[in-house]
Amino acid sequence: MENNQNNQRVVAAGSGQTAGAGSDRSAWPLWEIFIRSKQGLDHKHIGSLHAADAAMAIENARDVYTRRMEGVSIWVVESKYVHASNPDEAASFYDPANDKVYRHPTFYDLPDELKHM
Amino acid sequence: MSLIEFETTFQDKVDQDIRIEPKDWMPDAYRKTLIRQISQHAHSEIVGMLPEANWITRAPTLRRKATLIAKVQDEAGHGLYLYSAAETLGITRDEMIGQLHSGKAKYSSIFNYPTLTWADMGAIGWLVDGAAIMNQVPLCRASYGPYARAMVRICKEESFHQRQGFEILLVLSRGSEEQRRMCQDSINRWWWPSVMMFGPSDDASPNSEQSMRWKIKRFSNDDLRQRFVDICAEQVKLLGMTLPDPDLKWNEERGHFDFGPIDWEEFRNVINGNGPCNKERLAARVKAHEDGAWVRDAALAHAQKRAAKEGQEAA
Repeated sequence: MENNQNNQRVVAAGSGQTAGAGSDRSAWPLWEIFIRSKQGLDHKHIGSLHAADAAMAIENARDVYTRRMEGVSIWVVESKYVHASNPDEAASFYDPANDKVYRHPTFYDLPDELKHM
Repeated sequence: MSLIEFETTFQDKVDQDIRIEPKDWMPDAYRKTLIRQISQHAHSEIVGMLPEANWITRAPTLRRKATLIAKVQDEAGHGLYLYSAAETLGITRDEMIGQLHSGKAKYSSIFNYPTLTWADMGAIGWLVDGAAIMNQVPLCRASYGPYARAMVRICKEESFHQRQGFEILLVLSRGSEEQRRMCQDSINRWWWPSVMMFGPSDDASPNSEQSMRWKIKRFSNDDLRQRFVDICAEQVKLLGMTLPDPDLKWNEERGHFDFGPIDWEEFRNVINGNGPCNKERLAARVKAHEDGAWVRDAALAHAQKRAAKEGQEAA
């Protein structure tokens, strides 16, 4: 509910999912869903859904996103709590990495005879 | 940047197959087109549950019943993926539901036809889901990220829908004389509406060109339709049945099947609300939404009450 009272637009890290600045106060808030597909792997953003509270969001996420055993663990985060970088500023924001090719192993010119490196 | 520069940058990204994400700048018309297309698609998934729900209680075996329930549940999920994708463009769920219920938003006209026999569950799976898959696979590469990602999930799930449908028809086609008649009858009724699912022919589809430029659409309506006809004309032979088109004939020169003229008058009629089940479908949707209102309200009240209580305990 608070989600829609906020006029700021909220973006989830995984998808850039935006919660519309809607007007309906009665609507259930939006949740971003993250699923671990098997032990040893990261939780990955999979989508979003509306639910009245966290428990319902987890149950709905199970029904919507794991009907074919796609998950062993679910995280839900109310969309309004996700903060994201601004795509309009991407050029300057990521600029510091642009001129540092020496951070990559292929930058270094070594003889082919050199093994195990 | 000026508007023109924004538009050029946008089109450059699309041309290079760089996906557009929700917070990226996009032309208003692109946003509007997507909202219309994705929400109509979502509505189609939701309304599409109704013709099949009709047969859940009358499925011939427990296996068929479990399958049909799973399929209908998938359609609900597909509707949800798509509503969520549309919401990233700035429209709310309530607005979209309102547009569906007021008749302002359209959904696929195929769901305005009745499901008269069990064989229709087979024909819908084979033909209607088959046509949907044909339309949807290219959408997995649509330029708008959330839409494309939703379509990837949907396409993965649709495959079982089509296979279970064909299996239903296959069993009927090997059954009694009456079952074979039922099978052919349902193919006869669903064939042309399925062919129409690809939309108006290219010369009568004014928005297609722009959608192709934006890479929302990758193939023309007529190209996809031809591919569908070619595939089904072969598949129907496995059933020992026929497609109800006297003009259907292999054309060696074109390397495609020729097929008869489409009744666009019927297509327009059904789209404009005069199909056999338009009123019934919409009424069922509205009733389900209104009957469920108290559940939505109760869940919200419960969540608020609990949050308030937790707030007090924490204080």
